[in-house]
Amino acid sequence: MNINLTLFGQTIAFAIFVWFTMKFVWPPVTRAMQERQKKIAEGLDAAGRAQRDLSLAQEKAAQTLRETKEQSAQILEQANKSATLIVEEAKEQARSEGERLIAAAKAEIEQEMNRARDQLRAQVAALAIKGAEQILESEVDSAAHSELVNKLASQL
Amino acid sequence: MATTSAEYIQHHLQNLTFGKLPAGYQRADGSIVEETTWTLARTSSEAADMGFMAFHVDTLGWSIFMGLIFIGLFRFVASRATVYTPSGLQNFVEIVVEFVQGIVKDTFHGRNPLIAPLALTIFVWIFLMNSLKWIPVDYIPGLGMALGLDYFKIVPTTDPNATFGMSIAVFALIIYYSIKIKGVGGFTKELTLTPFNHWALIPFNLFLEVLGLLTKPLSLALRLFGNMYAGEVVFILIALLPFYVQWALNVPWAIFHILVIPLQAFIFMVLTVVYLSAAHEDHH
Repeated sequence: MNINLTLFGQTIAFAIFVWFTMKFVWPPVTRAMQERQKKIAEGLDAAGRAQRDLSLAQEKAAQTLRETKEQSAQILEQANKSATLIVEEAKEQARSEGERLIAAAKAEIEQEMNRARDQLRAQVAALAIKGAEQILESEVDSAAHSELVNKLASQL
Repeated sequence: MATTSAEYIQHHLQNLTFGKLPAGYQRADGSIVEETTWTLARTSSEAADMGFMAFHVDTLGWSIFMGLIFIGLFRFVASRATVYTPSGLQNFVEIVVEFVQGIVKDTFHGRNPLIAPLALTIFVWIFLMNSLKWIPVDYIPGLGMALGLDYFKIVPTTDPNATFGMSIAVFALIIYYSIKIKGVGGFTKELTLTPFNHWALIPFNLFLEVLGLLTKPLSLALRLFGNMYAGEVVFILIALLPFYVQWALNVPWAIFHILVIPLQAFIFMVLTVVYLSAAHEDHH
């Protein structure tokens, strides 16, 4: 084998081939690789974001739960308080109502008693006059003596 | 030394052969070998006379070298692999691995942890060996000349020894898994009772099935060898043209090999997976 210009010719061809590869073959390959890299990076990013979101949401949910519990406890306490208040009020009302009723009854009884007493007095006066009439066997002029009789009756 | 076209071509297609010369053999330069010796062949006829007892040093060396590049590169990347966004070399290796994994997943339906690594090795190794064709045909032989080596053929896949070596290994795996999965009885049944399930047709079935079985490694090896060898011959023929026009043919041919080189590696890999898949399937 001789070393000759053939080697030169092959070198030219090789150089052109390398240039061709660099120009037309390499760029699409590297682009595909970069795209893959980008996609993976985006995927990892999204996964990380999702995880962060998840933990955030969990925290939020826990907080909401806590707040709700507190609120419900508060509401319960308030309800209890107002219930006792209502019961107290009702008791108070019942007592005063009862007292009022008792007082009214007492007053009515008194009134009735007074009326009965008045009636009795009037009847007693009439009876006294009748008795006196019969005793005197004359008629007492009720008009002339009514003042006297009334005075008597009021003294009863 | 080689001056005519025929000699040039012959020279470039001759492997660097290290083999046994019998006692009393007359060498190319007229000297007589006194006793049986192992030596490098000085001419093609010497290499041919060595017969079976010879090694193609260049085929062995370059195939091992390419294998080491594959192992070293992938091992390097694997040991430094991160779970974060892959960059550069890791990205590239991941693409290759994912590609092979996808093929295996689509093609191979059995369960075998060997298949995917095997396919990856076949694909990348053959690709690397084939890719040596892009190196101009006189570079490495010229260098060998300067170092005192008469012959140097760098593309291992243009040597049927290399392609048959791989396909016979695949063939051994086919036989091994056929027997392992189907059992000796099952495999025998497959060989004798298909495609015609009748006792009278056993010889016919056997002939057909054995032929089909033997065709697998043969077609694997010959397809790869034939494509690579033919391509190499064309590169050598182009190199015979006047140096100022070589690029006009050499460049398109090299660009065409951007397609051929991965394709042949891919075909070898896919067929290996398909054959092994068939060996795993008990469909008869």
